[in-house]
Amino acid sequence: MLNINNSKNGTDLTFVLEGRLDTTTAPQLEEQVNSLISDVKNLAFDMTKLEYISSAGLRVLLAAQKTMNKQGNMVVKNVSEEVQEIFEVTGFSDILTIE
Amino acid sequence: MSKLELDATVENLPKVLEFIDSKLEELECSMKIQMQIDVSVEELFVNIAHYAYTDSIGKAEIVFDVHDDPRTIKISFIDSGVPYDPLAKDDPDISLSAEERSIGGLGIFMVKKNMDDIKYEYTNGCNITSIFKLI
Repeated sequence: MLNINNSKNGTDLTFVLEGRLDTTTAPQLEEQVNSLISDVKNLAFDMTKLEYISSAGLRVLLAAQKTMNKQGNMVVKNVSEEVQEIFEVTGFSDILTIE
Repeated sequence: MSKLELDATVENLPKVLEFIDSKLEELECSMKIQMQIDVSVEELFVNIAHYAYTDSIGKAEIVFDVHDDPRTIKISFIDSGVPYDPLAKDDPDISLSAEERSIGGLGIFMVKKNMDDIKYEYTNGCNITSIFKLI
């Protein structure tokens, strides 16, 4: 299960994620990111309530990061210890801006 | 030892993780170990769902076992699809920048990093991939 809330304010877009970002749920996030990202300058993912991320979730984050490298900034916020561990093991802690 | 046999479809992933998590909770594993095992189980099961049976839906069997001395969890994934060695792939270069990184190739790498050992064999027409985690 993944709950996705997004708020868009001008060129700022924030996704608040709650639950599990895995093979079955990552396509939902990918769809929302793709449909909203075109004019965004500041993209944020709030992961306070994200319990789990697998490689399918990492793929969505990497694609978003690549897009934002061309058009603005992206940050990942409030990452749990377990999710941080996955970022470190995969080298994503160097690619993402984690606040 | 506990077994779960089901259709190898992505839709069945939650059932697989439920089975694994119920076992890990009985063993009172830490959240960190649980997450590392869940990530690995997801990658291996989804691999079978995507690649083992090209046009049809086939079965996957998941066997959960605990060994003592040292205390180790062993989880085996068995399918009768096309021979596929998940360990044959090169690891991705995780020092590359976002621009240089490709989307994909991370799954098996995450399994290798999160588990203490991983073994693959092809026996009697079956792929058997086993992961080992010290607890």
